[in-house]
Amino acid sequence: MVESNNQSAENTMSEVHKRIKAAFERFKLSPNTVDVREIGTIMYSLGCFPSQADLHDFIAEVEEDHSGFIHLDRFLPAMTKVLLEHKFPPIPKEHLFQAFEVLDKDSKGYLEPEELTKYMTQEGEPFSQEEMDEMLTAFSDQETNVIYYKDIVSQLTIDPGN
Amino acid sequence: FVSKKNSKKGSKQDSVYIAALLIQRWYRQYVARLEMRRRCTWNIFQSIEYAGEQDQIKLYNFFGFLMDHFTPASSERNLISHIFRENEICRDTDWERYFCYKSIEVPESYTGPHLTFPMTFCGVSKLVEAFKHKQQLHARYVLQILGETWRLLRILPNINYVSICHNQEITICGDLHGQFEDLLLIFYKNGLPSSEKPYVFNGDFVDRGKNSLEILLILFGFLLVYPNDVHLNRGNHEDHIVNLRYGFTKEILGKYRVHGKKILKLLQKIFSWLPLATVIDNKVLIVHGGISDMTDLNVIARVDRHKVREDCKMNKSDSDSDSEPEGKETDEREWKQIVDLLWSDPMPQNGCIPNEVRGGGCYFGPDVTEEVLERHNLQLLIRSHECKQDGYEFCHNRKVLTIFSASNYYEVGSNRGAYIRMGCDLVPHFIQYQASRTCRELTLRQRYAAKTSDITFKSLRETLFVHKSDLISAFKEFDPNNTGMISLRHWASATENILNLGLPWRVLRSQLVNSTKYGMVDYQQWIRELSITEPKLEISDASILDTMYKNHSNLETIFRIIDTDHSGSISFEEFRQTWKLLSSHLKTEISDEAIADLAQSIDFNKDGSIDINEFMEAFRLVDLSAHT
Repeated sequence: MVESNNQSAENTMSEVHKRIKAAFERFKLSPNTVDVREIGTIMYSLGCFPSQADLHDFIAEVEEDHSGFIHLDRFLPAMTKVLLEHKFPPIPKEHLFQAFEVLDKDSKGYLEPEELTKYMTQEGEPFSQEEMDEMLTAFSDQETNVIYYKDIVSQLTIDPGN
Repeated sequence: FVSKKNSKKGSKQDSVYIAALLIQRWYRQYVARLEMRRRCTWNIFQSIEYAGEQDQIKLYNFFGFLMDHFTPASSERNLISHIFRENEICRDTDWERYFCYKSIEVPESYTGPHLTFPMTFCGVSKLVEAFKHKQQLHARYVLQILGETWRLLRILPNINYVSICHNQEITICGDLHGQFEDLLLIFYKNGLPSSEKPYVFNGDFVDRGKNSLEILLILFGFLLVYPNDVHLNRGNHEDHIVNLRYGFTKEILGKYRVHGKKILKLLQKIFSWLPLATVIDNKVLIVHGGISDMTDLNVIARVDRHKVREDCKMNKSDSDSDSEPEGKETDEREWKQIVDLLWSDPMPQNGCIPNEVRGGGCYFGPDVTEEVLERHNLQLLIRSHECKQDGYEFCHNRKVLTIFSASNYYEVGSNRGAYIRMGCDLVPHFIQYQASRTCRELTLRQRYAAKTSDITFKSLRETLFVHKSDLISAFKEFDPNNTGMISLRHWASATENILNLGLPWRVLRSQLVNSTKYGMVDYQQWIRELSITEPKLEISDASILDTMYKNHSNLETIFRIIDTDHSGSISFEEFRQTWKLLSSHLKTEISDEAIADLAQSIDFNKDGSIDINEFMEAFRLVDLSAHT
């Protein structure tokens, strides 16, 4: 989404600020605060890939004393740092595909819903039941119910419109 | 990308852990981006919807302005009076004769439902079944139900005071907007209205959806059978001028070619007689829109509600000639309170400011809510008027509750509908639903998974197109050297200045601008690429076209207003006068010759009158890209 490469550092900074503010804008409750639970969504939408642990650390830094709100004043500098330092970079498509292959122990080319559920809800940073249900509904094949991960990888790595 | 957290498993399992982590992170990011896009789409629809409502109020203001400024002698004044002839003083008994259904015969060939009066629970249930099977009620019965309804409404007060008995619960529904499927869903989940099952319907029963009349007839039917247990509040769409724009008028005229006009007239009366508010146990206030800092229920209770018009000015000329100027001012203040009830929206900041976005009512803050509720010894305000993704939403420290019952309102998958159940403890419980049009149950997010939202962008492209000449002027300001190119930043800024929709244009850019070179937009080409067809008319004065495009959304409404007998066509003279009025209001110069040209070219069948449909057809914006 960065439009021009030949801008001075200052311009880059203000571009970054604009992007952050625009993302913040969409979720705000009052002119300068958002609910802390939306921070993940905002960061992801800015192209970052933090883990849940990363998110918790970030939130600890910027939240207003466990109030449940995050103020733009604190969010802006912290998020700017994240973006300028590429702190949570995207993961290459091939790695995602390999990840699925690791889980597909029998190299079937697909995963059974029970298999995927087991991994997603017990390993890594587990999904909630809601997240799991949504993923299954979105990605299981209509007829056979299994998950053809090769197709998912193409879908998950396509920019969904923005 | 190894996580710093300690893994519980041994090194053999590490790769599984890492793999799972990777997939989870990807999925969460994907979902978040969908959510961003959904919000964006939502904002677009809402902006366009509210801009439309704003146009509506502008229209009222237009006619009000004219009433004020034209002398009795001018011919234009006659036109306006002719249009608003409903203000002529006529006794209700005369109207009753006009609306009488008795002379209308129901032919043998009629296969729809037959009604007997007085209405019974069985009768209305049968009607629900009939409508479920897509049958149409004969005009005779329609007029009969409406006649009875009108008679009942005239004896109801402005504010219905209701109490909930022990072991009983009341059901409260929000906007339905002609979406009969949703009403059926509510009845299916919750049961039909009865004295054991009281209901409040909080306005906006009509417009946009295709079955506004069916919804009305069912609600009126239950009202007639259970007048103490079914309560209807008026919404801002229960207004015949709003209906001209938003589809209800069209629906009626389409379904009842012979008696449509009469039905519309009777509905106009009924709408003006709908109660304005419902209060439960003296603690919960239910109105369609909201409140303002002036809201006083005692004042509202006294008003002659059927005389209120959105543009208070329009009644000035026809109110009693011997009423004092002071009296008129009081009237206006009272009427404004009612407009506030039907059009206002809550806002997060304190204060009370005019609602510029909608064009009517206010934005009211938490302090206003606090003050008004306390003054009346109330504890909760329930309102509708705004679409909410989950069908309901609290604000103002849970003192204001929005309830919206039309699911998939903006498009399939946009939102759920909801209704409230409340017992004598006055704690609201919510039931949500979504009328699904596909067999497979899709999650909200999945609906957005595949492709761009076609409908959103079609509306947006249309809106952009109607403003093309203003846009080009704005772009040119950023292009002093006339290169034909401007930066994307300037494109976004100019577009927002012209359209004033508050949309994130830079984010939308990728959907709206096909080609950019090194971050620059060829704006003339971009306008051409909006792919809207040019009209087939050849007109000497190009500026007329421009004016028409800009006022596209108001055009149809204006014409339907001129066509007072709803015959579908207007005379050249009416057309010419209307055009002159519009152009003076818009402060543009249009010559008589140009208007005559236009009139001639539209009269395709050369019969000396202009068919409204022909006219709109000539200017219909067609999105060519939909056909490629």
